[in-house]
Amino acid sequence: MSATPTSREQRILEIIDTARSKPRRFRDNQVTLAHGAGGKATRTLIEGLLVPAFSPPDGGTLRALADAGSIAVGGTRLAMTTDSFVVKPLRFPGGSIGELAVNGTVNDLAVSGARPLALSVSLILEEGLESEVLRAEVEAIAQAARAAGVEIVAGDTKVVERGAADGMYICTSGIGALDVRAALAPDSLKPADQVLVSGPVGEHGTAIMLARDQFDLDAEVESDTCSLWPAVDALLDAAGEELHCIRDATRGGAASVLNELARASRVSITVREAAVPISPVVHAAAELLGIDPMYLANEGRLIACVAPQAAARALEALRSVPGCERSAAIGEVRREPPGMVLVETSFGGRRVMDELVGDPLPRIC
Amino acid sequence: MKFVDEFRDAQLGRVLAGEILARVEPERHYKVMEVCGGHTHSIYKYGIDDLLPDNVELVHGPGCPVCVIPMGRVDDGIAVARHDGVIFTCFGDMLRVPGSEYTLLDAKAQGADVRMVYSPLDALRIARSEPDREVVFFAIGFETTAPSTALTLKRAKAEGIKNFSCICNHVTIVPPLRALLESPDMRLDGFIGPGHVCTVVGARPFEFIPADYARPVVISGFEPLDILQSILMILSQLAEGRCEVENQYTRVVPREGNLRALEVLAEVFELRPHFEWRGLGFISQSALKLSSAYRDFDAEERFQVPGVRVADPKACQCGEVLKGVIKPWECKVFGTACTPEHAIGTCMVSPEGACAAYYNFGRFARERTAV
Repeated sequence: MSATPTSREQRILEIIDTARSKPRRFRDNQVTLAHGAGGKATRTLIEGLLVPAFSPPDGGTLRALADAGSIAVGGTRLAMTTDSFVVKPLRFPGGSIGELAVNGTVNDLAVSGARPLALSVSLILEEGLESEVLRAEVEAIAQAARAAGVEIVAGDTKVVERGAADGMYICTSGIGALDVRAALAPDSLKPADQVLVSGPVGEHGTAIMLARDQFDLDAEVESDTCSLWPAVDALLDAAGEELHCIRDATRGGAASVLNELARASRVSITVREAAVPISPVVHAAAELLGIDPMYLANEGRLIACVAPQAAARALEALRSVPGCERSAAIGEVRREPPGMVLVETSFGGRRVMDELVGDPLPRIC
Repeated sequence: MKFVDEFRDAQLGRVLAGEILARVEPERHYKVMEVCGGHTHSIYKYGIDDLLPDNVELVHGPGCPVCVIPMGRVDDGIAVARHDGVIFTCFGDMLRVPGSEYTLLDAKAQGADVRMVYSPLDALRIARSEPDREVVFFAIGFETTAPSTALTLKRAKAEGIKNFSCICNHVTIVPPLRALLESPDMRLDGFIGPGHVCTVVGARPFEFIPADYARPVVISGFEPLDILQSILMILSQLAEGRCEVENQYTRVVPREGNLRALEVLAEVFELRPHFEWRGLGFISQSALKLSSAYRDFDAEERFQVPGVRVADPKACQCGEVLKGVIKPWECKVFGTACTPEHAIGTCMVSPEGACAAYYNFGRFARERTAV
């Protein structure tokens, strides 16, 4: 494509590199939906406003930008996280907002290497919400918590006037005990690490998209929402410290997670497109709508980066977990170019898999 | 997926790449423009550049309907969207296109009722279900999407729907191509013709390119094998000293185009005397407005729009980039004032624009050189 870069071109490329690696600053005049999409604008909001405001000048657990923070209590290390849920519609094939609210927080703990212990649940309800709908979601919360083996130990309810919320919003916080087998961090990826995914990507995003009836498309696809702790448990058993990082690929999809990891560890990640598991329905829907499934949200899929000598072991362990049978090794970590995710396309070319700009689909979780 | 995967066969791709390599003269540099944004998208999605020899360069043309919309038109759209009671509808990728001050996404955050639709018929459906609101559709696109706007307007008229109107930004592909070709510093060797536009207009409108400007055109499909084959056909014409419009996309494009669609277009639209293109300036007879029979549905008549022309920033050199005269990084504002987050010119607005692509991919090229 291009010959050796000239010195001017080289300089421009360096300017771009510097701009990219500079700390983000939140300069927007107002919040737009893009700030909630999990892509570049979200990152600017978090890294440019929230983290600097909340962190002590000399560090703080928040700066790691992990899925959960950690605190030491006596001799025990605990993980803590929180998440809010505004999905529309409230129920969709394969799940509902209540189930999502439990699994989302449980999974943030799980991928941090913490066994989920307890949750708090806050409900923000809109005046006029039918009791039947509320009852169903409360039951969904209870069931999902039982399935994930966590107890709900605290809660709160608020009601806002009609129009101030869309049915209901849910916030959950969770704590978990950090597993002694785990040595996970987003900045610990090493060249030659293998990248695993725990099943077909994009199913939650597709299920929500179709449930909204925006398109005249009928297809059988269900959200993948589930607790990821069994998968994490199996991975930790099989690979222990050779497991370098786990992330759940929620908002912004697998592509956003891979970009975050490449940046945090200053490495490059190469994805083999042909190796990424995708169900035919998701593939077809994404093709029709011009969306890359790698950017579609998942609620029960993790990405794991594991040292090469433990990769086969880890993959086998993952595949033995119910619901993760279609786990696959989809790529590997390389040294150059740092901070970037590249794709070897199934057609035989290569391209960059950039961070998400804008929002293909607001309010998916 | 059946009927799609056949056109994405990597094995066949390598065979075609080998034939292309055999076709080029090693010391000659080839610049081929893919006119249509859809082709640009496929080229990136499949990494097609990667399969081409170093001396075959693809130049991304003016055929991205979103990025050619000038700032003044976005401002007009925002002004209409802010009218009380208006539901403003547009395609999703229009939301991020910068006006002089705001994007439609900003206007939405400020309280305007801006909704993303996937088809003009969806906008009409909203108009039917909310008869007390004015529903405006911001129509964009080349001859490919103009027929669906036209059919929607015909249906609105037939059903007597009064609360629906349209800001028409439909453009035509031939005038900007002619403008590029007229330019004395044009450096292009051939054109990958816009397959989907040709399903409507046919192949004939492109015959002036070989006839008047001696450049080959190959109308191409959008799958990776289509594009590689079209590049091979262009290189073959150049090698054999031929120069004509060839149709690679015969499974979809009839030479005469779609006569019924053309009839509908002629009924609903008429040519504007001139229209401004972001990065290219005013081009005469390059866009459509609603015909007098459909004037009632023209949002520009129904609402007060500022209609102010907002000049492209002086330093922006999109025109030169589009003509293949300079590379993206040679533009004075590239990577400094103009970035994907704060785009100035058309080529940076869409992720498929030449500059946005280079911004994201440039370092990748450097890495490849290092390997």
